[in-house]
Amino acid sequence: MTSELDIFVGNTTLIDEDVYRLWLDGYSVTDAVALRVRSGILEQTGATAAVLQSDTMDHYRTFHMLERLLHAPPKLLHQLIFQIPPSRQALLIERYYAFDEAFVREVLGKKLSKGTKKDLDDISTKTGITLKSCRRQFDNFKRVFKVVEEMRGSLVDNIQQHFLLSDRLARDYAAIVFFANNRFETGKKKLQYLSFGDFAFCAELMIQNWTLGAVGEAPTVPDSQMDDMDMDLDKEFLQDLKELKVLVADKDLLDLHKSLVCTALRGKLGVFSEMEANFKNLSRGLVNVAAKLTHNKDVRDLFVDLVEKFVEPCRSDHWPLSDVRFFLSQYAASVHSLDGFRHQTLWDRYMGTLRGCLLRLYHD
Amino acid sequence: MPGKLKVKIVAGRHLPVMDRASDLTDAFVEVKFGNTTFKTDVYLKSLNPQWNSEWFKFEVDDEDLQDEPLQITVLDHDTYSANDAIGKVYIDIDPLLYSEAATVISGWFPIYDTIHGIRGEINVVVKVDLFNDLNRFRQSSCGVKFFCTTSIPKCYRAVIIHGFVEELVVNEDPEYQWIDRIRTPRASNEARQRLISLMSGELQRKIGLKVLEMRGNAVVGYLQCFDLEGESGLVVRAIGTACTLDKLSSPAAFLPACNSPSKEMKESPLVHPPSHGCRSTHNSPIHTATGSRLTQNFSVSVPTLIYTGMGSGSAGKEGGPFKALLRQQTQSALEQREFPFFTLTAFPPGFLVHVGGVVSARSVKLLDRIHNPDEPETRDAWWAEIRQEIKSHAKALGCHAVVGYSESTSICEEVCILSASGTAAVLNPRFLQDGTVEGCLEQRLEENLPTRCGFCHIPYDELNMPFPAHLTYCYNCRKQKVPDVLFTTIDLPTDATVIGKGCLIQARLCRLKKKAQAEANATAISNLLPFMEYEVHTQLMNKLKLKGMNALFGLRIQITVGENMLMGLASATGVYLAALPTPGGIQIAGKTPNDGSYEQHISHMQKKINDTIAKNKELYEINPPEISEEIIGSPIPEPRQRSRLLRSQSESSDEVTELDLSHGKKDAFVLEIDDTDAMEDVHSLLTDVPPPSGFYSCNTEIMPGINNWTSEIQMFTSVRVIRLSSLNLTNQALNKNFNDLCENLLKSLYFKLRSMIPCCLCHVNFTVSLPEDELIQVTVTAVAITFDKNQALQTTKTHVEKSLQRASTDNEELLQFPLELCSDSLPSHPLPPAKEHLESASSNSGIPAAQRATSVDYSSFADRCSSWIELIKLKAQTIRRGSIKTTVTVEKASPVGDGNFRNRPAPPCANSTVGVVKMTPLSFIPGAKITKYLGIINMFFIRETTSLREEGGVSGFLHAFIAEVFAMVRAHVAALGGNAVVSYIMKQCVFMENPNKNQAQCLINVSGDAVVFVRESDLEVVSTQQPTANCQSSGTEGEVTT
Repeated sequence: MTSELDIFVGNTTLIDEDVYRLWLDGYSVTDAVALRVRSGILEQTGATAAVLQSDTMDHYRTFHMLERLLHAPPKLLHQLIFQIPPSRQALLIERYYAFDEAFVREVLGKKLSKGTKKDLDDISTKTGITLKSCRRQFDNFKRVFKVVEEMRGSLVDNIQQHFLLSDRLARDYAAIVFFANNRFETGKKKLQYLSFGDFAFCAELMIQNWTLGAVGEAPTVPDSQMDDMDMDLDKEFLQDLKELKVLVADKDLLDLHKSLVCTALRGKLGVFSEMEANFKNLSRGLVNVAAKLTHNKDVRDLFVDLVEKFVEPCRSDHWPLSDVRFFLSQYAASVHSLDGFRHQTLWDRYMGTLRGCLLRLYHD
Repeated sequence: MPGKLKVKIVAGRHLPVMDRASDLTDAFVEVKFGNTTFKTDVYLKSLNPQWNSEWFKFEVDDEDLQDEPLQITVLDHDTYSANDAIGKVYIDIDPLLYSEAATVISGWFPIYDTIHGIRGEINVVVKVDLFNDLNRFRQSSCGVKFFCTTSIPKCYRAVIIHGFVEELVVNEDPEYQWIDRIRTPRASNEARQRLISLMSGELQRKIGLKVLEMRGNAVVGYLQCFDLEGESGLVVRAIGTACTLDKLSSPAAFLPACNSPSKEMKESPLVHPPSHGCRSTHNSPIHTATGSRLTQNFSVSVPTLIYTGMGSGSAGKEGGPFKALLRQQTQSALEQREFPFFTLTAFPPGFLVHVGGVVSARSVKLLDRIHNPDEPETRDAWWAEIRQEIKSHAKALGCHAVVGYSESTSICEEVCILSASGTAAVLNPRFLQDGTVEGCLEQRLEENLPTRCGFCHIPYDELNMPFPAHLTYCYNCRKQKVPDVLFTTIDLPTDATVIGKGCLIQARLCRLKKKAQAEANATAISNLLPFMEYEVHTQLMNKLKLKGMNALFGLRIQITVGENMLMGLASATGVYLAALPTPGGIQIAGKTPNDGSYEQHISHMQKKINDTIAKNKELYEINPPEISEEIIGSPIPEPRQRSRLLRSQSESSDEVTELDLSHGKKDAFVLEIDDTDAMEDVHSLLTDVPPPSGFYSCNTEIMPGINNWTSEIQMFTSVRVIRLSSLNLTNQALNKNFNDLCENLLKSLYFKLRSMIPCCLCHVNFTVSLPEDELIQVTVTAVAITFDKNQALQTTKTHVEKSLQRASTDNEELLQFPLELCSDSLPSHPLPPAKEHLESASSNSGIPAAQRATSVDYSSFADRCSSWIELIKLKAQTIRRGSIKTTVTVEKASPVGDGNFRNRPAPPCANSTVGVVKMTPLSFIPGAKITKYLGIINMFFIRETTSLREEGGVSGFLHAFIAEVFAMVRAHVAALGGNAVVSYIMKQCVFMENPNKNQAQCLINVSGDAVVFVRESDLEVVSTQQPTANCQSSGTEGEVTT
């Protein structure tokens, strides 16, 4: 006796969260059944393995049919074939677009092109995430990228509108898209200690302050043309950053800056002497990063540079985080007292974001 | 010109890409009704075209309105070659033809293609202007309401229940016409769909005419079926119960099947058809039976069993004269009718006086090509024969009517088994006539009939019993005689006293038969049938005993014929009726008493059986009050009642083709283990696994013993096909396979629905078919309903009172809620989220996490959820805009999570415009009140594929198709303005595959009643405003009993 056909269709589509997770994780039906058996579900419910097999098959079939709709989530809301309560629809979408930390760290900042199929194999082996799941996650990134690429307005809003993701997940995707678009290097060995969260945090700050969209948000520029790109860094801004070079190039200015910072921080910093000794190096590092951002190559290496020029020196001197915070605040603020320096707004736009990023990047 | 049909094509969405080059579609729409076709403009290059067409107007006869479906075809315009069809929508406009139902059909319909399935949706608006033509009721029967529901619909009351209506139309099946060889599968499927749609429209119209003739205004319990006879043609037949219904505008009871009819009903105006005018006959391709000439084919009529409670009886003495009087009365009311049959399964209180038992008849026929579709008398005659048989069976049981009546067929090649069954009953004549009943008799009736046990009392005369039966005095009233076991096809009467809970009882049976041709085959089948009936009955009886119960309700026995086997599947709901005696146990007797080890084995079995009975009694909470012998009285001869099965004499005593089906011993229910067969029977008895705790199941409308339903429901269809290995085909192996198939299916259902515990599977409907030699297909449709375990049964009384009170106050105006469930019209008072949480939390409490895993729609929750989520989304957006974009503060809480990408709170979800439509095979929706019936849904779909593997194999194909059928039903209901389908039934699911050719085809026929319901919780607000109405309603209730 063999089962030729075995289906269950509910007027309300049944969604089993556990099976959905197994499916998303790319397990085959057989593996999923084995995993479910191991979870002790048979004992809890008194079911047999055959029942579990049939149930898993049913759910997999349903998910397979839903997948087409999940590629364009608004379709899932308007389709008539599956009656799914809104809360469940939201869950389906959210889980489908969720991704693994390990996976995203591998592809963050890489070009989302077809060529990476072979790479996915490697990533799968490296991270232990099934190839199927890797493919889904990669395709999700690519799909979101494609859809919002040419769109105007806020990146997060666009993602949210077209993929109906939660605010948090939409921001994560904004970060992924932003990184992919600017091709920031994240895979270097010295960057390995950083989590996706760290990068996403920085991405958000950069989107808010360094892109064209950031300027567009200001009430003084109502022109919708300016509202265009949340994804590209503001070229004009990057060009202007060259002006900051004076802070390290002008010896007097550098000395004055140093003395202002030292005066303010004397006695308040545990690592005062180290700071004093290193001030010029650090300042040079930070300002040079800014000045170099006109070149695409240097933009890509932004995080490498920040870690090399700031995080690592401080870390080797064992600066506590609180001291880094004090220093950066004072370092940024003191520039306002430099009479000869005219680019205060530019400095704030640069340093405000950079300070946030650095504080986030500064950990072991 | 009695009607003007107006159609507007608004827009399309999610259309498929028809032009590979541009990845777009140039869509336009053809609107066809009868022979008239209109076209919209071509909307270039879009998958979401906005046609916004003018109103297409069709001026048509109302006869056509009833017969024809509106056909909407979406096409892709092609300048150089023929236009490609994207798909079609058939809209039955019947619901627009009666005044109280829908006034407009408007909404998104899935565009359906028989090869590709659903391909996008189209928004259509349909209206009908009916001219008030006094001459109209001749060929058309506009205005007659149809209900699939097998009880008096909730917002109506029965003024008169007229009786049986039936009709049948035949035609050639387009699939078997010569033209089919040269046309595409799509064209052939569409021809078939359209033909069946036409035929059912015509059938409905003709039934309507009959109803008007009987001076009724509605058909209740309408059941329409298709017989795909293959080469010999296509038969569409329908049966129903004609009624005169009155819309309840005044306060009415909520829970009972219908409003208690009081005497004032006689004063209520009867609906009479207007004068008949003259009309020319409509020239349709479909033909129906009118003549009476009969061309008899080969046929075998099968001796039929009558099931009642039977045992060795003792004579009673009292109750004679009254019964006679009653009989006379009923007889006169019913005798005018050819067939005193009622398709209803639940009745107004007082309607059912006595129940005799199940009557059934089967007949094996050889199909012959319908040479002249104009004269389908053969089929008519076949059914007439069977009905006649049923009628005489009922008479033999001292009954003049048959209730819970249904008909079915099973076809394999050229052999067809026709079956009919019902419950013989004595009815209260009040409901059958208008105003002819004497008042005094009625009064006597009321006095003499104890409401709670009356229906159990035997309708036949004890002194002149049609068969030897074991009778006792009713355990409830002690006045009348009752049988020891009662089998019926109806639902449990609402006023019946039941002890404990009920359960689903199934008897399953397979019999191999030799492959044969024509007459030899038919003879072989008819020889097997009586044995199958007998065995099915024995199984049922054994299982009933094993459960410690004494009555079966909703009994449905299906015999399916295949090439080389016959399958029997009987489903029923067992209960313990307080009025009937306690069932005796099962005793096992061996044949070889000298063998010691054998004896031991027997006693071991006996012990197991006794244990099982005890366990079941506990499980189903069957603990009848102990009654001492003295109270019961002397006429009861034996201390323990035991039952046996006996074949009754069917019809009058002159027909003595007796098969002695009775066991040898007269007074004990004994299972004799004399061969391996019997051994296996006993084993199978014991292997039936009870449902896991928290689950109950029944095949009736409601589960006896559970009243506190909560509002969560989940209707589902499950299909399984198994392939038998042809090597070891013995009856035993076959039985085991079939038994396992059914048991595993049930187990799967319990597992899948575990998140709903405690819950009950209601209206579990199994259908067996044998599509091929070695294939067995089982289709199950049922609904899972949650109930409140903690709420004690005592509280149900107050619950009913409360709902009475609630229902009593709602006026029509107050119930006119906006029908759209979509949150477009964002409610001004969304429920506070906290409350929702509490609700869902409390409903979940006490359930282990594993059981909660599969989550089912918390529907009441879902209805509001979208708006609630919308609100959150708005909030979230404002927060975002307010804080993030404008501030550059770094010290604020980190916006990005710390690697915890899962288990996030439910995200906001954009506005859903798809309203929730509930589907249920029951006639009611728990926790809600049906306020309007919008019309009957009767849909027939064919789906075919030539890329079976690509569509996920047979399972993927059928899964998708059934989901699509559900979607199309929901879309039609929503377009009518409804939010639920009640009395939903999947009448046919014919699946054929040819994996070698990578092909499969499936036909599905579904029906139900589209309704509007309002949640009781929403009504509560209304009811508190008018507390006085309660007194009023209790007043009317009181009057009924005078």
